[in-house]
Amino acid sequence: MSKKVVTVTILLIAAACVLPFVVSNYRTFQLTLVLVYAIALLGLNILTGYNGQISLGHGAFYAIGAYTAAMLMDQAGMPYWATIPIAGAVCLLAGFLFGLPALRLEGLYLALATFALAVSMPPILKSHLLERWSGGVQGIVIVKPDPPAFLADVGIKLNPDQWLYYFALAIALVLFVIGWNLIYGRIGRALIAIRDHHTAAEAMGINTALYKSLAFGVSAMYTGIAGALGAIAVQFVAPDSFTVFLSITLLVGIVVGGLASLSGAIYGALFIQFVPNIADELSKAAPWAVFGIFLIGFVYLMPTGVAGAMRALLGRLGRGKLSPPKEALP
Amino acid sequence: MAAEAGQALLRVQDVAVRFGGIVALDGVSFDVAPGRIVGLIGPNGAGKTTLFNCISRLYECDRGDIAFDGVSLLTVPRHRVAGLGIGRTFQNLALFRSMSVLDNVMVGRHCRSQGGFFANALRLPYAVHSDATARDRARELLAVLDLERFAETRVADLPFGTQKRVELARALAAQPRLLLLDEPASGLNHEEVGAIGELIRALRERLRLTILVVEHHMQLLMSLSDWVVALNFGKRIAEGTPAEVREHPELVRAYLGS
Ligand SMILES: Nc1ncnc2c1ncn2[C@@H]1O[C@H](COP(=O)(O)OP(=O)(O)OP(=O)(O)O)[C@@H](O)[C@H]1O
Ligand SMILES: [Mg+2]
Repeated sequence: MSKKVVTVTILLIAAACVLPFVVSNYRTFQLTLVLVYAIALLGLNILTGYNGQISLGHGAFYAIGAYTAAMLMDQAGMPYWATIPIAGAVCLLAGFLFGLPALRLEGLYLALATFALAVSMPPILKSHLLERWSGGVQGIVIVKPDPPAFLADVGIKLNPDQWLYYFALAIALVLFVIGWNLIYGRIGRALIAIRDHHTAAEAMGINTALYKSLAFGVSAMYTGIAGALGAIAVQFVAPDSFTVFLSITLLVGIVVGGLASLSGAIYGALFIQFVPNIADELSKAAPWAVFGIFLIGFVYLMPTGVAGAMRALLGRLGRGKLSPPKEALP
Repeated sequence: MAAEAGQALLRVQDVAVRFGGIVALDGVSFDVAPGRIVGLIGPNGAGKTTLFNCISRLYECDRGDIAFDGVSLLTVPRHRVAGLGIGRTFQNLALFRSMSVLDNVMVGRHCRSQGGFFANALRLPYAVHSDATARDRARELLAVLDLERFAETRVADLPFGTQKRVELARALAAQPRLLLLDEPASGLNHEEVGAIGELIRALRERLRLTILVVEHHMQLLMSLSDWVVALNFGKRIAEGTPAEVREHPELVRAYLGS
């Protein structure tokens, strides 16, 4: 990591820590969701951006994470924080198992299989078999967690929205560090190698089947943790929150943010959280048409995503003094 | 034969491969003795690349056996071949185009380095150490192949001849004992062809390699090889020293196409 990147990262984290004290509670809540989406997009980017496996079904893993957290809190009375690692573990396994048969599928066929996963998720969640635990069509309502008592004891007063924001920020930081470690090392090189040239990757000794399944698992784990955090933040899960539209939104997020880019996950999260709101304010009658225009505009002006545009901009500002971009383009 | 039984590093025995109606290899046998450079020649479509792909396990043999260092390769999974000590280049470059030269070479070292998802996610010391070793080793190779100044360059941005050297560096990164080179001189200009010949010879000495090389550039191949095997229509039609094979009537006929 260059010094510049370290400085910028530290400044951004500092800014992220201050934000809840300068914006309203509602904005803080929205920023919590940005963090949630950033985690989900990072997961999807590991799979699609870096490893080249297209998923139109990550909303399903988001849903599994969300329901795991909600059911554990609702049925087992588990504290909210304890549900996060369990949701991650469940989705890691679910993703790995889904990744095994998906090994036989490439490109658009894989997209179709994951699409099938996404469309089947709401009916599964509504099904009578699960109704006892999942709450059926009604879903499950979750109580908003209070800030832990020890914070008040040491004199830090936070309201629940602020607390949840910091909770999400801490988890996001940990997951981004892990993502960084994976991508900028032996594993990341192997994942990109598989994407760039499958046969050559295998000839270089990479167990492509194992790596692709594990990439699926890790990707689903990220998205599942995001789902669990999202459920806690919005205090509610219901089958119709997790339609195929969510999956497509996540895909939009990584493309707009920047494929195969860690920072792209943050840009993408800002886009999918705020652009629909802006569109709604601009036109009550046809918000999605406005959203579509935004989307086309972004893709047209920044064909390598916001992350790619930022890289080009920084490169120009630094007059080539910056080291060449480390992040691989697809 | 080039080597007595038990001495061969690579032993190809009666290998046959067919694709639908096409017989790509039809009972090919030969040995590659350790330390040698063996040239594999034959007209287009003779089955040379197919044989390489059988050794790399990219293709399944319909018949016969291929043994490396006395052990059959036919039950070895593809991703284990490199670890056994067999490195290769591809006829049509098969680089990881979006990655830097250094990263390409480091991927070549994958089978010699340690650390899975878990160890890398948490940066466990042994994974970090293994990665550092891989980087050092890759940089050494870049120096040997005169690629140092391109270390951080995206492979796709390099000229063809340089890309071929990157592929060679990537194949060497795993410290192979046997190196398979599929047309190392194709697409190179006159000077580059001379240089690649020198390089291959030097690498054999320096790294104590055994090399099986496919090449259409006859002058290069004949000057490079200790032993030559000629294929035509999937059959071995001649074998011997370069001087012997050059005069072989079957070979003359195969190339004149009568
Ligand atoms: N994957 C494949 N599917 C179908 N046919 C194949 C395949 N690979 C090779 N062949 C056929 O097998 C035969 C031998 O091909 P191969 O590539 O081994 O020839 P070669 O000796 O390497 O030729 P060249 O000098 O042109 O590279 C050809 O007829 C080719 O069309
Ligand atoms: Mg060939």
